[in-house]
Amino acid sequence: MTKRWLASFWLLALLLPWQAQALIIEITGGTEAALPIAIVPFGAEGFSAPEDISAVIQNDLSRSGRFAPLPESDLISSPHEKSEINFKDWRLLRSEGLLVGKVSSVDGETYQVQFQLFDVYKGRQLVGKRYQVPASGLRRLAHQIADQVYHALTGETGVFSTRLAFVSVINNLDGSKRYSLQVSDSDGANPRTVLQSKQPILSPNWAPDSERLAYVSFENGKAEVFVQEMRSGRRNSVAAFKGLNSAPAWSPDGKKLALTLSKAGNPEIYVLELASGKLSRVTHNSQAIDTEAVWMPNSRELLFTSDRGGRPQIYKVSADGGRAKRVTFEGRYNASVDVSSDGRTLAMVHGINGQFYIAVQDLDTGAVLVLTETGRDESPSFAPNGRMILYATEKNGHGELAAVSVDGRIHQRLGESGRDVREPAWSPIRK
Amino acid sequence: MKLLKLTALLLTLTWLSACATLGGSKDSGDDVANSDVVVEDRDANTSGIDGNNASGSDINDGAETQVILGEDEYQGGDVLDDPNSPLSNRVVYFEYDSSTVREEDVSILEAHAAYLGENPNVTIRLIGHTDERGSREYNLALGERRALAIRQTLMLQGASVKQFQVTSFGEERTDVEGHDESAWQQNRRVELNYVGR
Repeated sequence: MTKRWLASFWLLALLLPWQAQALIIEITGGTEAALPIAIVPFGAEGFSAPEDISAVIQNDLSRSGRFAPLPESDLISSPHEKSEINFKDWRLLRSEGLLVGKVSSVDGETYQVQFQLFDVYKGRQLVGKRYQVPASGLRRLAHQIADQVYHALTGETGVFSTRLAFVSVINNLDGSKRYSLQVSDSDGANPRTVLQSKQPILSPNWAPDSERLAYVSFENGKAEVFVQEMRSGRRNSVAAFKGLNSAPAWSPDGKKLALTLSKAGNPEIYVLELASGKLSRVTHNSQAIDTEAVWMPNSRELLFTSDRGGRPQIYKVSADGGRAKRVTFEGRYNASVDVSSDGRTLAMVHGINGQFYIAVQDLDTGAVLVLTETGRDESPSFAPNGRMILYATEKNGHGELAAVSVDGRIHQRLGESGRDVREPAWSPIRK
Repeated sequence: MKLLKLTALLLTLTWLSACATLGGSKDSGDDVANSDVVVEDRDANTSGIDGNNASGSDINDGAETQVILGEDEYQGGDVLDDPNSPLSNRVVYFEYDSSTVREEDVSILEAHAAYLGENPNVTIRLIGHTDERGSREYNLALGERRALAIRQTLMLQGASVKQFQVTSFGEERTDVEGHDESAWQQNRRVELNYVGR
């Protein structure tokens, strides 16, 4: 009975359109203190736009946990530009921000989009812009507008127009697996597969230009590091030495990769200069595992995991080598470190009694805050504005992605059924 | 002492196949005639697998011999194919976050070391694995460390470095699906795969 059920379940999963299956984002808590905002559905003159831009913006702002868009039924009128707004009326709604805009078709292929964000109390425009984009660019434009609204009202950089990379795994009926390296919009929409393999794929890491991904692939029977260009799909093997080749991490200037190589007999941190192929060894500790390096934003130092003290902990070392200094002291297991773009906060996997949580550590004070609860959490990756941490977790035996704010207040779930999703990496902001 | 036991076992197997070939076994005589176990001198029973020399007297004090014969599990062939040989154990297990060889695996590794020492052209692939918990990258390194610990053990007992290929899959290739200690226990392992077999 169970077996039959399982079989039909997998059959169903296989029949679902693979490319179109987006991650479903669900806010699972922490919206109490959200800022009200009035978003008037954008006007579309005499046609229906291929993307509902204001809906995308509304979802972005709402998903961030920082904003509580007013329900459409509360909106007192439907202005699309300043001349149509009576600020006195809008002040009754207790919403400081008012977003209006409209879409018009230029030639059926190209669309003109304009938006204006107002401070209702001052009756003043905070930001307003007009764009012409092809139909295919409308969704991305919506995320960019959401970024500007977010920035105008919070003073922080918005990250809605960034992307997520992650690995998804399908268990085939014959017991084999299919690994896919995928890239989606920051809301999980529009997932595209950039690499598919029968062998494991691990540790995707975005170049600072967000045009290239480095990752580990087992396609040749062992862990090797590849770099792939997102636009062309062109890929290069950059480390295929004897032993392990893993844990790639781009330097802030995009010219080097920190790597873990065990070609000298033991996993050590190296820095590879991509243009010249010059390799320099950073750690020298033949008894310990040294791995998972990330660059400090100052480009001069690396953080990495080492068990040189007996258990995995985070250490800091100069990218030129030298003596490493232990950074984490709370808990017996700290690994998979990521660092916020201001260099002040670490995110890491924090083990307590065989359970693994996402925790943050303030680099100045050393204070540790555990953010998650399931005990099966791994692979933390900071949003480029440092507000949220994307991570992998497990629910009902399935891998899925989740995000949590650095203060632990806002929780999001990027759920999906039928396949395991893991190894998330949040892209930098596209320049 | 252990080596003596192994030699005795190998000789026992030789004797068995000799018996079988000579018609001593009811069930398996035909198979053994095509076997890879070469018995050079059937009368004296002095020449074992791979030219191990030992006195014939060991062979005849074998209550175990009868038991094995009675169970009819060994039908001749390479000792690597013998399900009763300690060499048939190709997986060793580890404690959590440990790469220390467990007491119960010592004799299995001794048998593999002896076999590798006696067959210098044989290559073995050691594949390290971990359970699913914690960092994937750390686990990749831990799996390699486990495989290297097994290599070290085998080399200390006579295998040579060029006989090894070492790989780690970390937590990427679990043997048992599941998210509890019983699954984790079976996934923290090193597989010993003889190359070309």
